Amino acid sequence: MATLSDPPRESFQLSMLLNDTRYRSYTFQFIALFILIAAMAYLGWNLVQNLAAAGLNISYQFLGEPAGYDINQRLIEYTSQSTHWRASVVGVLNTLLVAIVGCFFATVIGVIVGVLRLSNNWIVRQLMSVYVEIFRNVPVLIWILIVMAVFVSVLPQPRDFRGDDPAASMFLDLFAFTGRGFYLPGPQFSAGFAANGVGWLIIIGLLIASFFSARALSNWATKTQEATGDRPVTWYYTLAIWFVPLILACIVMGLNWDIPALKGFNFQGGIFARNSLIALTLALAIYTAAFIAENVRAGILAISKGQTEAAASLGLRPGRTMSLVILPQALRVIIPPLISQYLNLTKNSSLAIAVGYMDLTGTLGGITLNQTGRAIESVLLLMLFYLTISLSISFIMNIYNNSVKLKER
Amino acid sequence: MKKTVILGALTVAGLAAGAAAAATLDDVKARGKLNCGVTTGVPGFAEPDANGVWQGFDVAVCRAVAAAVLGDSTAVEFVPTTGKTRFTALASGEIDMLARNTTWTFSRDVDLKFEFTGVNYYDGQGFMVPAALGVSSAKELDGATVCIQTGTTTELNLADFFRSNGISYEPVPIETGSEAVQLFLAGSCDVYTTDASALAAQRANFPSPGDYVVLPEIVSKEPLGPLVRHGDNEWGDIVRWTLNALITAEELGVTSDNIGELSAGSSNPEVNRLLGSEGTLGEMLGLDAEWAKRAIMAGGNYGEVFATNIGVDTNIGLARGLNAQWTDGGLIYSPPFR
Repeated sequence: MATLSDPPRESFQLSMLLNDTRYRSYTFQFIALFILIAAMAYLGWNLVQNLAAAGLNISYQFLGEPAGYDINQRLIEYTSQSTHWRASVVGVLNTLLVAIVGCFFATVIGVIVGVLRLSNNWIVRQLMSVYVEIFRNVPVLIWILIVMAVFVSVLPQPRDFRGDDPAASMFLDLFAFTGRGFYLPGPQFSAGFAANGVGWLIIIGLLIASFFSARALSNWATKTQEATGDRPVTWYYTLAIWFVPLILACIVMGLNWDIPALKGFNFQGGIFARNSLIALTLALAIYTAAFIAENVRAGILAISKGQTEAAASLGLRPGRTMSLVILPQALRVIIPPLISQYLNLTKNSSLAIAVGYMDLTGTLGGITLNQTGRAIESVLLLMLFYLTISLSISFIMNIYNNSVKLKER
Repeated sequence: MKKTVILGALTVAGLAAGAAAAATLDDVKARGKLNCGVTTGVPGFAEPDANGVWQGFDVAVCRAVAAAVLGDSTAVEFVPTTGKTRFTALASGEIDMLARNTTWTFSRDVDLKFEFTGVNYYDGQGFMVPAALGVSSAKELDGATVCIQTGTTTELNLADFFRSNGISYEPVPIETGSEAVQLFLAGSCDVYTTDASALAAQRANFPSPGDYVVLPEIVSKEPLGPLVRHGDNEWGDIVRWTLNALITAEELGVTSDNIGELSAGSSNPEVNRLLGSEGTLGEMLGLDAEWAKRAIMAGGNYGEVFATNIGVDTNIGLARGLNAQWTDGGLIYSPPFR
């Protein structure tokens, strides 16, 4: 017969750090952390010492000095007299432009290819396999160079549009597709109050208002359907909500089109999408789309076949089965690897200099680094910028992931 | 995994130790090889030939220094560098000297802590356009698309030139010269701009060189020369005076043909000092008496090096122009050997 009593409370002894499983893991983690910090400190100290020995120092003063070089694609005001910092910001915006447009097209292509890889049609299925295998097994830099080379050599150059009997002509007299890029008609507003971008703010405001109105209409239709069983026909209301305010605003603000025309060496006027931007975005999009397609295929295959059969027995057609039953569930599997692909695309965009696109690596990590010779400072700043962009993408996509993932209650 | 980390740390520490050491001459002698930074390939200036042996105008400077220091003009490890990597390679000690079409500027000399040891080619930035464009002056280039090799002084000169003339342009920055040439030939840019010597060098490789013209404007001064790190003046002196020896040799008429008989002694005391039969100039440099003789024998004097690599009889076809000896109205001028 044993009596139960509390075990004697041991006082803490130093040997418990090694012998007691409760503390041992902390001990080793602490040692590992200490070694890591010591190693980093040693390398950092070494760097500072060697810079000092060479008479150099770490200084970010160069960011405030005039850059002295020009950048072709500027989303914000920039001249060669602007500072190196502003040149870096121009680079960041160019990187973001490629990343956002590239991710959008990669997703669209990737989802379509991924779904078609599971098609019942043998030819379509095999074609999509060939696409995926070719694009994901050749380095992306090669794709960027190939797309650019094809672009430059296949499309006519501005000089072909010149002369009495030109070798090339403008499409519909509105669009010029040249090896230097696409020249498109640019909308502009003639009314005085719409100057300086105010017109664009009005348009964006209207589009947001239309979006919410259309959604409210759709919600109302769903509620009516749930209450009465009949869904009211709303498509012409929706069309009106989207287009009537837009058209009215355009008429009031005096919308007209700035059509590109050949003047001197190049086309002038309108919107100019440079060959470097198009080639880079296209190459990154089709390359990343091959990976996304595989993610999508994996996601769809992860949904049990019973779901498809159940949907079929309810009378849903294959298209509706895919969009209403399979894809919403597959998204849970697709989204996490999709985030990685977005990050990959963004980081791969640093290959932009291969086609002369002035992204962050081209401005801060390229010309600025070279002209100032501040390699360590520039590279550290470059890492910081990419880290910020990547973490932001991760953050936003994780919010989305939380909204679609399986809710466990 | 752990091993790699430790090895990596050791490598970093080793590199750092190398950079901190001052006596480059001792390092080079101990290694038995000169690490010389060159371009990744500019015809005539530095390019491997069909047998993989580096040849060219800048390469000749490396070989002359190796011959002077090590007695063997082939004891050179050529390290190809891009416009981006060249300064880091030199500052970190990866290379002992850089002979790579590098423009001598104030900030590179002072702020980046390098020492330019002279000028082996006086260049200037020029423009090349297709003859069919009918352009006769760079000031007519308003609105043109211009291909530039990025990471050089070129893009700054270009921005300054267009700004001071109040005309606009569309820059297309390209990483390497060969890619820029491709875009230019495809018609993706109207103008290709870089140093006039490189324009001539690259035009020589075009399918039909006659269809392209180099515009008369030279928009910058580009004194190109070899450079070393700050802080090791003895090593800087060796590179500087090796280049000067080549220049002086041409001025005094010392060629690779007659150097054998001249080194036995001649009536000109400066030739004797240069070739080591008189005075102790080699000793002052920390080398032996025949250092300059070997440097000249490596590829000939400055004029011979120029003629074999980039002169009028080569594909590149550059005239001496500014790079003639001062006695012929050029700028090539060496301080006296005494």
